[in-house]
Amino acid sequence: MFGYYLDLALRSLKRNRVLTVLMVLAIAVGIGASMTTLTVMHLLSGDPLPGRSQHIYYPQVDSDPTPEKQRKEPLDMMDYRSAVDLWSAHRADRQALIANSQVKVRAPDANVPPLMLNMLATTSDFFPMFDVPFEFGNGWAALDDAKHARVAVISSDLNDKLFAGKNSVGRTLRLKDSDVRIVGVLAPWRPSPLFYDVRGGRFANGDTADFYGKPEDVFTPFNTGLEVNDGNFWQFTCWHAPDKPGHLENAPCVWISLWVQLDDAAKVAAYRDFLGHYSDEQKALGRFKFADTRLRTLMQWLDFNGVVPSDVRLQTWLAFAFLAICLFNTVGLLLAKFLRRGGEIGVRRALGASRRAVFAQCLVEAGLIGLLGGIGGWLLTLVGLWLVRRQSVAYADLAHLDLGMFVTTFVTAVAVSLLAGALPALRASRIAPALQLKTL
Amino acid sequence: MQIRPILAALRKHRLATILIALEIALACAVLCNACFMIASRLSAMHIVSGVDENALATVQLSGYDPAKSADVDARALAALRAVSGVQSVALLNSIPFGMRRGTAGITTDAAGQRFGGVIEFYVGGPGSFHALGLQLTRGRGPQPDDFQPFAGLMPEEGPIQVTQALAEHLWPGEDPLGKQIWQDKFHFRVVGVLKTLARPDPPGWTPGKRAWSVFVPALPGPFLSGSYLLRANPQDMPRVMRDALLAIGKALPDVVIDREDSHTLTELRDITFRNDHAMAGLLIGVIMALLMVTALGIVGLTSFWVAQRRKQIGIRRAIGATRGDILRYFQTENFLIVTFGIALGMLLAFVLNAVLMKFYELPHLPLYYLPLGALALWGLGQLAVLGPALRAAAVPPVVATRSV
Repeated sequence: MFGYYLDLALRSLKRNRVLTVLMVLAIAVGIGASMTTLTVMHLLSGDPLPGRSQHIYYPQVDSDPTPEKQRKEPLDMMDYRSAVDLWSAHRADRQALIANSQVKVRAPDANVPPLMLNMLATTSDFFPMFDVPFEFGNGWAALDDAKHARVAVISSDLNDKLFAGKNSVGRTLRLKDSDVRIVGVLAPWRPSPLFYDVRGGRFANGDTADFYGKPEDVFTPFNTGLEVNDGNFWQFTCWHAPDKPGHLENAPCVWISLWVQLDDAAKVAAYRDFLGHYSDEQKALGRFKFADTRLRTLMQWLDFNGVVPSDVRLQTWLAFAFLAICLFNTVGLLLAKFLRRGGEIGVRRALGASRRAVFAQCLVEAGLIGLLGGIGGWLLTLVGLWLVRRQSVAYADLAHLDLGMFVTTFVTAVAVSLLAGALPALRASRIAPALQLKTL
Repeated sequence: MQIRPILAALRKHRLATILIALEIALACAVLCNACFMIASRLSAMHIVSGVDENALATVQLSGYDPAKSADVDARALAALRAVSGVQSVALLNSIPFGMRRGTAGITTDAAGQRFGGVIEFYVGGPGSFHALGLQLTRGRGPQPDDFQPFAGLMPEEGPIQVTQALAEHLWPGEDPLGKQIWQDKFHFRVVGVLKTLARPDPPGWTPGKRAWSVFVPALPGPFLSGSYLLRANPQDMPRVMRDALLAIGKALPDVVIDREDSHTLTELRDITFRNDHAMAGLLIGVIMALLMVTALGIVGLTSFWVAQRRKQIGIRRAIGATRGDILRYFQTENFLIVTFGIALGMLLAFVLNAVLMKFYELPHLPLYYLPLGALALWGLGQLAVLGPALRAAAVPPVVATRSV
């Protein structure tokens, strides 16, 4: 029966080509626009650490003692002392400190002019905690953190640039004025967003595309980084101007993040208590004014920062409004098409076809239009994503259609057209055969 | 033209009529809001920077010890001044549409109680004020004695120039000259009012705050170093910029030229607003596609109605209706449907605007967008219906005599 309906549908579509093309085009354009934005949305709002993110937490304490600055939320980052205190307590399963800076990089044995690159000063747990893939070598050990070892891990991009992609473990890199030994080279790694550097999103006025940038090119042990690149660390914010700008260890500024891994609910509760105790203790000591703390999971933290740029959300809304208009359009056209065939349907009904059969036949035709529209929509989605990749935003290179979204494209197209076809098909199946036969 | 028979006919096609009206309503809501968003993006893009953008460029250096800043600056300034076509070179920490190095919150009292907002401190060396081409509306510009050496992020006190927008925000209705602002240990006195001076990053701020800037005169030092403002004849600019980067590379082989941030101000402006530009383009694209789909929907449905009513049209023509009558019938019918749609669409436009305002800090939709949107849709409807209506008008009266 399905095959017969398909044949009827094809004949009917061929009969009025202009109308068919109009309908297919409307669905294709609507699907193309909405799937392009939905793909971008899906890429940007996804989980950067699938399977692990629920164990990753971002602790916050409120170290700003300014009494009149009563805030609803603690500061986004920590001062040096709070961060180091909490990290050294080692109360979590894994913990990593993070400090960002720009560093001058030279490779003594590569003929490349000096570069200014982003450097992440962090601790050894960073690599296993965030499941960072290595091409060559490994991260450093906890002992290297303690010894302030002069070692570094570099990105695959930098390895390509300086060492033509060859195994550079054991080679030397000059960071500012100090030599460090490369112990590891990362495999290409592009978390989306660059979750561990997300902060301050609520002050960004929706302009958060930069959260989707590339990871740093150089990773060093925390204290090594602070020593090597002293004078180049910049604050997230300060409650008093630092005495020596760029040197923040004792400054009244927040500039360090702490990430922790807590594997079960009991540990989370225990860590929450620990954080509260620490904050209360510091308040009693007079260093904190407010004992407010937070312990958000990675996804909660991303959500709190509103990482998906408002432009992208706006585009998605717009695309779906557009799809709705295309849907109305298709409903109208299908209605016209089916009712025009009133005579034909009347004959079929008179010859014994049930209402259900007429309904099914109409839906097959609508579904076929949806499938054709889906193919057009898929092509337009590819064009749309190509346009996104040409934009100069940090996430441009991420915009690709994955299998899930490819399937979603067709499912949406057919679902939309069936939805559009339901009402006209219902009307068509209600046609009174006698009335139609009379006018033939 | 009798409207009643048209309404009676539409009542027979209730479903299709409602569908088209809904489509028009949705199109109206999206059209009004999208146009409004385009307009606000465009107005953001056309912000007046207050400086002579065409004649300015910047070179940014990094990767040297701040202790050596005097030496680096001396060599860089000498190299840049030697480039033919360069009219002047000065040091400036933040660059309009470029590097941002002086963003901080201020208070209007010494105790730090009355918060005045987050502003941009443009800390400039001798010559930078004139090189920028800033316009004073009141008071005076910086004088040679105003440029003092400093050790922190900026001079701890001194005379400054504020923008008119900032002055009006801090001291509404008062004379800003002689007023003071504080930022932690820093303390400044207003001696001049600038017509305007945009922040380095205007898109990140709401429209009212985009020109909250001050100019602080200072002598170059460890924290006013490596950030140069070049002035040259606008026609020479591309060549001057190319030569300047080569000259720096030769004079200071060991420092790093920050190529991403070293550009002419015209280029920096383009880069700053690239996303707004793309977004405005996208919105225009969506509007075009939207109008096209709506028009095609109208064409499709009207064509169907015309075909369906061929016989009735023939009868009307046979009993005396002119071609004009038939044409006007379909035009009026379309006008009525579109009007229903627009009435609903205006409501929807305001709902959509309210939602957008909640999420995107958009202002209220100005009322005049509604009649403009309505006119556009009426026009679109009439254009779309013209083809099928003309075909209807061409139906010969003889049709009435066949197969009745």
